[in-house]
Amino acid sequence: MGMIGGAVILMGLATLYITVINNEKLSRWLNLALFVVAGFAFAQVGGIVLGLIYGSLTSWFIFWLYEGRYRRNLLPYLTPGQVLWHYTFRVICGAIFVFLITPILVVLPLSFNAQDFFTFTPEMLRLDPDGYSLKHYQDFLGLRADSNGEWLRSFKNSLVIAPIATIISVSLGTLAAIGLSQSHVPAKRAIMAILISPMIVPLIISATGMFFFYSDLGNFMENTMGMNKNFVGYVKVVLAHAVLGIPFVIITVTATLVGFDRSLTRAAANMGANPVTTFFRVQMPLILPGVISGGLFAFITSFDEVVVVMFIGSASQKTLPWQMFLGLREQISPTILAVATILVALSVALLVTLELLRRRSERLRGMSPS
Amino acid sequence: MKFTKTLLATTALTVAAGAVAAQEMTIVSWGGAYSKSQLKAYHEPYSAKTGVTIINDDSSAEAVAKLRAMNEAGNVTWDVVDVVAADAMRLCDEGLAMEIDADTQLAPAPDGTPASEDFGDLLVSDCFIPQIVYSTTFGYRTDLVGDTPPTSVCAVFDLENYPGKRSLEKRPINNMEWALLCDGVAKEDVYDVLETPEGQDRALAKLDTIKDSVVWWSAGADTPQLLADGEVIMGSTYNGRLFSVIEEQKQPVAMLWDAQVFDLDGWIIPAGLSEERKQRALDYIYFATDTQRLADQAKYISYGPARASSAPLVGKHEELGIDMAPHMPTDPNNAKNTFLYNYEFWADYRDDIDAKFQAWLAK
Repeated sequence: MGMIGGAVILMGLATLYITVINNEKLSRWLNLALFVVAGFAFAQVGGIVLGLIYGSLTSWFIFWLYEGRYRRNLLPYLTPGQVLWHYTFRVICGAIFVFLITPILVVLPLSFNAQDFFTFTPEMLRLDPDGYSLKHYQDFLGLRADSNGEWLRSFKNSLVIAPIATIISVSLGTLAAIGLSQSHVPAKRAIMAILISPMIVPLIISATGMFFFYSDLGNFMENTMGMNKNFVGYVKVVLAHAVLGIPFVIITVTATLVGFDRSLTRAAANMGANPVTTFFRVQMPLILPGVISGGLFAFITSFDEVVVVMFIGSASQKTLPWQMFLGLREQISPTILAVATILVALSVALLVTLELLRRRSERLRGMSPS
Repeated sequence: MKFTKTLLATTALTVAAGAVAAQEMTIVSWGGAYSKSQLKAYHEPYSAKTGVTIINDDSSAEAVAKLRAMNEAGNVTWDVVDVVAADAMRLCDEGLAMEIDADTQLAPAPDGTPASEDFGDLLVSDCFIPQIVYSTTFGYRTDLVGDTPPTSVCAVFDLENYPGKRSLEKRPINNMEWALLCDGVAKEDVYDVLETPEGQDRALAKLDTIKDSVVWWSAGADTPQLLADGEVIMGSTYNGRLFSVIEEQKQPVAMLWDAQVFDLDGWIIPAGLSEERKQRALDYIYFATDTQRLADQAKYISYGPARASSAPLVGKHEELGIDMAPHMPTDPNNAKNTFLYNYEFWADYRDDIDAKFQAWLAK
């Protein structure tokens, strides 16, 4: 109903602009003012912002259709059907994009909520500064009187566990991939399947198995080897996460090894380099993109992981996802949204940095960015 | 005398072991405001007194399953666990929690009354030391229920006068009792009726009349969020959550104490701890369940202390400075019409009624 109503109103406006006023600039300003006033009448300040956006969009759309500007940038011989498809395709792509991004974007403003609920309050919609606050960020950082430091502690745990697990899975995964790419290894496919299995087996099943395996291991390390309980706890979680990360490294490194020229290692050997030197000076630099992206996947697997750590870890190894899970179940606190926002910002920064570094190294090596 | 010896032994152990390594114990609880109240009232003073570092694990929701698995793996990492009474009974039956003798292992009241009398009927299991009395009750949006705010739990079933969504917990416990009560069953007959298949059908039929208007919740935080959003006009949850919505978050919500259901929450100590850890856990329990400590917890959350001797000591909220006594579920004004969670009934009938309830939900 609303859509039809809106279409009728827009049609009326379009007829008015085109037949009566017949002046593009004037009618576009008029349209803008109209929408802003309507927006203000319905929803004060927030409405003005929406009105501005809608007003400029609708007036642009009306004249875009009427003047036939939609054909301007296209090949002149396209049939109407092809033109229609051209734009439908773009709308579909845009819709998919919105589908992927909106859930993340909704979180951002909510994390500045002045209330302790996941609610857009009337103050927020009015863009009233009182409706916004940084208190959930302060809570995360442990700066508020009633915050308990659990968030920071679990964040630190994540920052300790994820990099170590990544280093282990990158070293083991790369070695495995190189080994498996040799032609003389027997039962390659079977070994590959076993190494990749943590990625395919449902997580909850591996987690249950790991729980019993690592309990015995932990008991042995604590009782027989006399190690510190906390240290053993970290070792267990790091090893488990490394196992989960290895398949990603193997897959990406194997993929880059396909394009690696074996004669290079023979040439290096020919010139007197031992296998270790050959690996670090010749092979490693060439497969580095695969190693890095595998490492990135391994890092994110560990950083995101909640099931295995809940089984294996004890409270002193609580990671950030675990804390978020608890927060969601027990108290639906917007601190989770603040953390989510920080994590989104961090991952965007991480990806941008990596991309810039990649371009830089390619430029230095005299290659054009692909 | 035995107690003094225990205490002496514990202190000696604490001192001796403290010289070797820092003392640590893992205490499991529910998280959120509840864990915070325990941190302030029990953990912090206990750490200050003994130097033991306390690590919080917010895993009470899956305590039974995790304790079973830990026991099987021979690696119990928890020292003291906070559970509801029903879970404590299950753990006790399975031998996963150790039995505690209230009179010798818990502090007597300040006037010398032994702990077993001070806790009275609330000692529902040999392994369980009650800590608080909480209740599951209703809150309603004062601005969305019209001019006559509800006074009876039957408003939940009254779609005519109170149209709108309501939130109920996604389990038969409490909902079935309320349904029968509002279907005209006298309070003392509720469980007699609920024992029979016809009675169960009758309760479900009553719930059926509002099924389309119900939002089902499974975490205690859901109803507060739904009420704050105005998505429901009334909903059941734990009374402490509603206190926080009303007094701390200043939402337009009021309490409907009618037919609130009391339940107990308290401590257990897992079976199979090493002697040293067991003594430490017992020492903590002795400290944390004495009269003053239980009364202190009520400064941070609106749950009633389980000891009779603690009630007169309940003071003002630590941050808000409001009197906490009128917000206790056990306050005479709030406790005019109450149920006590019927442990025996639900232990016997839970599986059957659960199955029926789930089938009805899926219809």
